[in-house]
Amino acid sequence: MKYFHLVWSALMRRRTRTILTMASVLAAFLLFGLLDSVRTAFADAGKTVVGVDRLVTVSKLSFTVQLPLSLQARIAQVPGVSEVGYASWFGGVYQDPKNFFPNFAVSDNYFNVITEMKLPPDQLQAFRDTRTGAVVGADLARRFGWKVGQQIPLNATIWPQKDGSNAWTFDLVGIFHVDDPKLKNEEDQLLFHWKYFDEARQFGNGMVGWYNVKIADPAQADRIAHAIDAISANSDHETKTETENAFNAGFVSQFANIGLIVTAIMAAVFFTLILLTGNTMAQAVRERIPELAVLKTIGFSNRSVLLLVLAESVLLVLIGGVAGMLLAALVVGGVKAKVGAAFPIADVDHRIWLSGIALMIVIGLVVGVLPALRGMRLKIVDALAGR
Amino acid sequence: MKRFLRGLLLVVILVVALVIWSLLPWYGALIAAVALALWLALTRRGRQTLSVTGVGIATLPSRWGASSVIVIGIAGVVGVLVALLAMAEGFQATLKGTGNDDTVLVTRAGSLAESNSVLSHDSAVLVQQKPGVARDAQGRPIASPELVVIASLPKKSNGQDANVSLRGVGPEAWEVRPNVKIIAGRRFTPGLRELDVGKGAMQQFAGIGLGSTLKLNNQVWTVVGEFDSGDAFDSELWGDKDTIASTYRRGSSATSVTVKLTSPRAFDQYKAALKADPALTVDVQTTRAYFAAQSEGLSKLIRILGTTIGVIMAIGALFGALNSMYAAVATRAREIATLRALGFRGTPVVTSVMLETMLLALAGGVLGALIAWLIFDRYTVSTLGSNFSQVVFQFRITPALLWEGIKWALAIGFVGGLFPAMRAARLPVTAALREL
Repeated sequence: MKYFHLVWSALMRRRTRTILTMASVLAAFLLFGLLDSVRTAFADAGKTVVGVDRLVTVSKLSFTVQLPLSLQARIAQVPGVSEVGYASWFGGVYQDPKNFFPNFAVSDNYFNVITEMKLPPDQLQAFRDTRTGAVVGADLARRFGWKVGQQIPLNATIWPQKDGSNAWTFDLVGIFHVDDPKLKNEEDQLLFHWKYFDEARQFGNGMVGWYNVKIADPAQADRIAHAIDAISANSDHETKTETENAFNAGFVSQFANIGLIVTAIMAAVFFTLILLTGNTMAQAVRERIPELAVLKTIGFSNRSVLLLVLAESVLLVLIGGVAGMLLAALVVGGVKAKVGAAFPIADVDHRIWLSGIALMIVIGLVVGVLPALRGMRLKIVDALAGR
Repeated sequence: MKRFLRGLLLVVILVVALVIWSLLPWYGALIAAVALALWLALTRRGRQTLSVTGVGIATLPSRWGASSVIVIGIAGVVGVLVALLAMAEGFQATLKGTGNDDTVLVTRAGSLAESNSVLSHDSAVLVQQKPGVARDAQGRPIASPELVVIASLPKKSNGQDANVSLRGVGPEAWEVRPNVKIIAGRRFTPGLRELDVGKGAMQQFAGIGLGSTLKLNNQVWTVVGEFDSGDAFDSELWGDKDTIASTYRRGSSATSVTVKLTSPRAFDQYKAALKADPALTVDVQTTRAYFAAQSEGLSKLIRILGTTIGVIMAIGALFGALNSMYAAVATRAREIATLRALGFRGTPVVTSVMLETMLLALAGGVLGALIAWLIFDRYTVSTLGSNFSQVVFQFRITPALLWEGIKWALAIGFVGGLFPAMRAARLPVTAALREL
């Protein structure tokens, strides 16, 4: 640490060059922060703590095929099952298809199963008491400026009312919160009563979209899933049951291999970056050969010269990189506030920061090592003589 | 103050130049290149520039590290940009190439996507009886009521189950879509549990090769043919409508009716007739409009993402180029000062530094575009489309995209060369000559 000013003045020796290089590093890590938060958002969709003690039962044909309501009671009898909720995808549109958010009709006990959704007791009671009641996540309410007590009109894309009309209106009676930051995207949902939905819709009555099954012991998940699927085996309503995590991961993987795309882009970016900063460091050391020789003359060891140059290159990358990641965090915050669930992006959290900083240090070391070795090996006499 | 104003002016000129450049079509750039070549070859200043540039280029190998930073940095930008835009282009081309103006799609009002829609048997028949519908030699309407449902099949790439559209059709389906051709095997037989598989679906999904069987709701279906349509239907499985309806318990309903009109001009008349009928609550649009709308969201998203990533990478590469060229100007300071002392004016010096940077940028752009083209052209992927099922498409690297990439490269080279060039021109001759 006592040599910090030495490293710093080496960096500031050619201010323009250092600032330009840092700007390149900044751009690279801005991109890293943004892309990694998108990747994390996709990866997290399949990895939640609550997702291990919950199963999802859908039709084996495809999750868009409906299942009979009568299955609920039979699933509830499977040993190890503690609660069975169900829901139907509604797919309603608020004002414009661009305002997409998930909305579905849910069973009365839905909040006993999806326990991470926290609703104040009075609002939960109001929801139970209001036939046309709906609850929304805090994030969604903020996005559209909704207040408890107002009516929310949705246009059906799948389910018309009995009279053929697509216009459904719900009374907003509650706003739920999700505390776990990884599950924050669940706040972008609107939920309403399945019973009301089933009474009012034109067709498909008595059928539900999927079952959410809460189990007592996650270790038993496989056994219970098999037992649930056995209920409907060889019927014309065969089911497929898996943990919520596995179900989400399977769904997300249908979009594309986001991880692969992000990795490919970042490989191109970092390859370029290493070349670029490596060139800067090589230049910086080449120019300073006589200075390094002077340092050695006054008693700096080979090792300290090596470390000085390495510290310089790591510091160069760290400053640019941290600034880039800070900028990325700002941008992600802005994007989230603006589009909500329409675009999956996770906060730049400690995992992204950790991998980012690790990358900065590695890149700093990689680009510094050749110039540093050159500085370490130089012969004082030759260097001072300018040979 | 004067320096600040000059800097400001430079930035304004730069922004204007970049805007013009981004709007310039390829022949505009060609004219500019020809004009530059003429100037270089024919005028005194031009020949001076040429010889100064020659010296710069001759010394490139001695600073290959710095030069390769420009080339590879820009190659990275162009490669990533072209690849991402090719993805958007391919997705859009697949969906936009589907459908035409005289075939229309009738769905339940408000349903947005085919798989959301439900039409009763009566409605499906009624929409075929309206004026404007083309009829065959026997006087029957050319229209195909279809049932689109979703099946779950494992993808070849990761073994994970993914959704695939299963389209239940009648014999009319082949008639309203003459571009769908069987390329292997045969058409399914109505009434049997047989399937024809689109070429794209066959590539992406496991276990649906010709002759293989798959189980849907405990019933065994056999793949008897492969078809190629060159558009979005390539991602689908086709089977007999009534048989699929019984497997999926959909009764006699349809999800949509594809109707052939007598001509594209009949659309307004047909639409008015459907709207006027109180027994129908349907939406109608040309198949071209329907599929174009399906591609809009995703291809726009990919384009925005691609351009954003491209801009950020370009900024990174730009600073790299600036760095290298400032260093190049600094190492050549004495040489440039000598030229100035000999009577060379500022223009040849400025132009030669810019030419050198833009040549390096061009090399980078071509390299990046070439790499993207080699790796990604015709690269087949699939993603979730708006029917909640997979749409198979190919990356499409068009000449327009390659040109777009080269334009970006030259723009980065232009900006990266301009500021160092200005510095070179402003070097105080005496000071630079004395410098060791």
